[in-house]
Parts: sequence; C-alpha cells; structure tokens
Amino acid sequence: MSAPSTIHPFYLQHHFSDAVQQRESAKLGMWIFLLTEILLFGGLFVAYGIFRSWYPEMFFNAHKQLNVFLGSVNTVVLISSSLTMALAIRSVQVNAKKQALIFLILTLLLAVTFLVIKYFEYAHKIELGQLPGKFYTYDGMLGNNPHIFFSIYFMMTGLHGLHVIIGICVISWMIRRTMKNHFSAEYYTPLELTGLYWHLVDMIWIFLFPLLYLVG
Amino acid sequence: MSTEKTHIIPIRKYIFVAAGLLLLTFITVTVSFINLGPYNVTIALFIASIKAILVAFFFMHLFWDKKIYLVIFSIALLFLTIFLTFTLFDTTTRGAIYQQVGKPIKSEAPIYQNTK
Repeated sequence: MSAPSTIHPFYLQHHFSDAVQQRESAKLGMWIFLLTEILLFGGLFVAYGIFRSWYPEMFFNAHKQLNVFLGSVNTVVLISSSLTMALAIRSVQVNAKKQALIFLILTLLLAVTFLVIKYFEYAHKIELGQLPGKFYTYDGMLGNNPHIFFSIYFMMTGLHGLHVIIGICVISWMIRRTMKNHFSAEYYTPLELTGLYWHLVDMIWIFLFPLLYLVG
Repeated sequence: MSTEKTHIIPIRKYIFVAAGLLLLTFITVTVSFINLGPYNVTIALFIASIKAILVAFFFMHLFWDKKIYLVIFSIALLFLTIFLTFTLFDTTTRGAIYQQVGKPIKSEAPIYQNTK
C-alpha cells in the first residue's frame, strides 16, 4: 500500500526514514556511550594522578612489583585482538562471511588469553598479599602507603577486566548472529558498534599499561 | 540522505597500523628501562597518546567517518582534561599557601593615633 517504490529491508526499524539514518543514529548513540565510558575511567585516572603526585616514591617502589613482561604480552594480545576485530568488520563489508567468522573467533580467543594472563597476575598478587586497602599484608616493600597503589591497580585493571568480560559476551553474541547470516555488506551496524566498544577497551589498556607497569 | 559511504579500507592499511602499534609498544617498554627522571612519564604518555590516536583514527574509522563522532570523542577528552587539571591544581598545592605570621601592633601605628 504505502510507498511501494521504496525498498524496505528487514533490518530497518519503522521509525527511521532509511538505513543510512538508522546506521548514523546508532553510531552517534554508541559514541555518546563511549564518551560516558571515558569519563567513568576518567575518575580513576584522576585518582591515579592525585595519589601519584602525593606519593611519587611509593608509586615508583610499588610499580616494580608488577610483571612488565606479562603486561607487555597483554598489550600485544589486546592490540592484535583490535586488529582482528577491525578485519572482521572489513570482511563483512566485502561479504566474506567465513573470513569474518574466523576473525571474530580469533578476537574472542585473544580476549580470553588476556583474561587468563590477568588471572595469573592477580593470583600471584593475592598470594603475596599485595591487595587493596586494609587487605594489604605484604611486607617486602619500602615506603609508606603501598596499599594505595594496589587499590588503584586493582580498581583500574578490575574495571578494565570487567569490560573485557562484557566484550567477550558481546563478541560471542556477534559470532552467533554472523553464523545466522544476520549481517551483510548492507547491514552490519551491531558488529560495527561492537568493534567501537572493543577498540575503546584496547585504548584504555594502552594508557593503563604504561601508567601502572612502566612508570612508577 | 545517502551522505555516508561505507569505507572499505585495504587490509594492508590495518596491518600497517597494527605494526605501528606493536612497534610503539616495544619502544615504550624499552625506554621505561632507561632512567630519565621525570621525562619517563612524559615519553610514556606521549607514546600512549600516539597509539590511542592510531586506534581511534584507523581502527575506529574516525579518519573517514562523519566528523560529529570525532567531536564527541574530543569532548570526552576535553572534559577529562579539565577534570584532571583542576583537581591537581587543588591537590598538589595544598599547604602551599604563603604564611603570614602574626606580629604585635606597634603603639605608634596610625590606628592608635586616631583613637586618642
């Protein structure tokens, strides 16, 4: 009946005038969400700045307790997962479904690898008693207030780790939807938004890594 | 309405960007083992910023997409900078106020002459 000349694809919600408007609105919303994410982590970065400026020597001594090797490996893992995520989206753009699936599964595996390495780091710290706040029991370090460094360390990497876990769930969902042929070169917005989220998680780690592991 | 084209970027470009990110990671780890005093932080944050720009512009497609997304991203960074800078203005200068020590008022001070 209404406007038979226009094509109405299955993915187009009725309240958008066309697919381009829908896609641009979705991306705008996602970027605003990412803005709130940056400010969420921002609070912790400010806490880091305050305590670091107050206790520079304690930060220097405490950061020596972190394993730079494991931190570097995790950086490489996350950067690679960002690459595979970008390539997965590119594959969907050229309608290469199988390739897209391979890249998505690789992204998922790299995300899990990140968490496994993080688990070993956390286990080591818990064993030594290098824990946040009043749970801190380690006595092998000079200087006052080392528990503050570990409070910040666990809060920042913990919140980031939570984002990685959420990312794993969303990427798994995207793998399922790709297998069900939900995406094509015409419509892949959910995948694109997942990519934006995942790159932001990578970007936050890019700052966490030098701030926590490399400079005390 | 079809103002936004989808950009299909050659795989080669993604690989270049990732290689750049890995190279910068290697550089920042290497530099961290050299003691440069306060410059260590500056260099580490500078390299991290370059890496973040690479991720935002090429992996997140800000370089090709509509500029409104770049504006939103920049606003987030702007407000984070304001938050950080003004908080540190406070917390790093506490107790740094110039101290005026109280002294007894001299008897020949003008205030006494007026009340006579």
